[in-house]
Amino acid sequence: MSDVHTDPLGALMRDDGAQPRVGFFTDTSLCIGCKACEVACKAWNNVPDDGFELSGMSYDNTGQLSADTWRHVAFIEQEVPAAQLTDLGLPGMGPPDPQGATSGDAGVRWLMSSDVCKHCTHAACLDVCPTGSLFRTEYGTVVVQPDICNGCGYCIPACPYGVIDQRKEDGRAFKCTLCYDRLKDQKQPACAQACPTDSIQFGELDELRERAQRRVDELHERGVDVARLYGQDPSDGVGGDGAFFLLLDRPEVYGLPPDPVVTTRDLPSMWKHVGAAAAGLLAAGVAAFVGGRR
Amino acid sequence: MSSPAARTPDADAAEAVGRDEFDSYYGRPVIKPPVWKQPDVPIYLFVGGVAGVSAVLAEGAAATGRPALERWARTAAAGGAAVGTVALIHDLGRPERFLNMLRVFKPTSPLSVGSWILAPFGGLSTLSAASALTGRGRRLGRLAGVGAAALGAPLATYTAALLSDTAVPAWHEAHRELPFWFAGSAAGAAGGLAIAAVPLDESGPARRIAVAGAALDVAAERLVEHRLGMLAEPYQQARPGRLLRWARGLTLAGGAAAAVGGRSRLLSAAGGLALATGSLLTRFGVFQAGLASAEDPRYTVVPQRARVDGYSPKA
Repeated sequence: MSDVHTDPLGALMRDDGAQPRVGFFTDTSLCIGCKACEVACKAWNNVPDDGFELSGMSYDNTGQLSADTWRHVAFIEQEVPAAQLTDLGLPGMGPPDPQGATSGDAGVRWLMSSDVCKHCTHAACLDVCPTGSLFRTEYGTVVVQPDICNGCGYCIPACPYGVIDQRKEDGRAFKCTLCYDRLKDQKQPACAQACPTDSIQFGELDELRERAQRRVDELHERGVDVARLYGQDPSDGVGGDGAFFLLLDRPEVYGLPPDPVVTTRDLPSMWKHVGAAAAGLLAAGVAAFVGGRR
Repeated sequence: MSSPAARTPDADAAEAVGRDEFDSYYGRPVIKPPVWKQPDVPIYLFVGGVAGVSAVLAEGAAATGRPALERWARTAAAGGAAVGTVALIHDLGRPERFLNMLRVFKPTSPLSVGSWILAPFGGLSTLSAASALTGRGRRLGRLAGVGAAALGAPLATYTAALLSDTAVPAWHEAHRELPFWFAGSAAGAAGGLAIAAVPLDESGPARRIAVAGAALDVAAERLVEHRLGMLAEPYQQARPGRLLRWARGLTLAGGAAAAVGGRSRLLSAAGGLALATGSLLTRFGVFQAGLASAEDPRYTVVPQRARVDGYSPKA
């Protein structure tokens, strides 16, 4: 891996004045579920605690992304067929994941993935924000300005990934800023800095996309057919994510939508239908008075 | 693991995939359900509709010499705008910052567009109502009333885009029908309240608006239930389903009473109030159906999975 790494901070220190779009490539095949990203994010961004409750379902006691959780490590425990059963040639089954096959824990595999705001190319939260609180930064990221947000909550159901949420006791909406303040100081985001396995990689988006393609090709060559990229494609429903992933199962297994589409893609059609309905109301109003007997 | 692919991306194909076979992360919702409060937002949807159509009725009444209808409709327009504004501000997480709604104008945000409709509508409808009730500044009041009437129809229908322009599956998927459903609901409620409040000899136009609105309301709901496939379920099941069945019953009964009640003040009043109640329940039902579709990951995952598998069988 490390041979393909360029300096992650190079994207922040270009001397030609052009600021390239930056983002995250989260390679979940490298995630060990240590949650250092969650802790680093909380500590750096001074995010309030979100309760110390045990979920009782897995090692995931964080649960989900929220106003007070900007990185969330998902834990999925899966039973995979024991090695000899794969000889049956069941349709659609790849060979067991190397993680499961070599760990001595045959028959079970653990998926771990650090989820985060996707910083979409076409960001629904930004589109629907009525105050202009959500904006696109010079780094191509999407950030809430807390001094503008009036807590209308529109961004929350607009997000196709369920990322942004309201801080109840505060009233305003909060989410990952991709450490806007650290970028300004030529530092990489706290989660990427803290990640001990390079599962979270920060850098220039174009470079990350090439790196991710090489990584998924490499995994396929090694027989890990289940590896796939998620959110890297600029032609998808959100124009590609600024924070994208390498996953080892279908996105919905990780709680991610299989085919997210920015809701405002259909807004022209919505306005057209609203306009037609409004025109109909006016016409009905005129007709009711013109056509009447009394 | 889900069963193999359906080939077409529409909602019916999603149904064919098998609504009980889908993957999720411990059954958690994929999207965040709206944090908009009840009753604030459903009440806003209702009073916004009543106010908008009432402003149209008021101008018609003024133009055709129906003073009682005009006074009622101008009062309903101004009152609805006032109640709606209070409900919207109360729903904010930071109510003291409500003026930030007018900080920018963004056509990509139905809430921004709506704020720019509601704010002038509130001012103009209040001005024209004050003029109609006091008899002072009639010329200016009339001018303000024309402005309010022009904004009234968009005020009654933009709320459909407000709900649809989200990732909430049952709302988004209904974005073609919802404007007409809300237009019908608004016309039924505004017309209904007018025939309940205004003497028979002036309420004819309101009666026709009410009956036409009730018909559009029921027809648009039918269309939603036919076209949305599995995403129509939240409109039919559990509490939102019950609310909408009551709403439909009241709308049909109220519409029928309004249609035949032209000679009976009592029948008109009963029919008009049934229509208004039906409209209110419709707004609660649609709102809660959206919440239900957001809280169950199947409504997010199954249609999207069908779409993906339709495009690429490998997935």
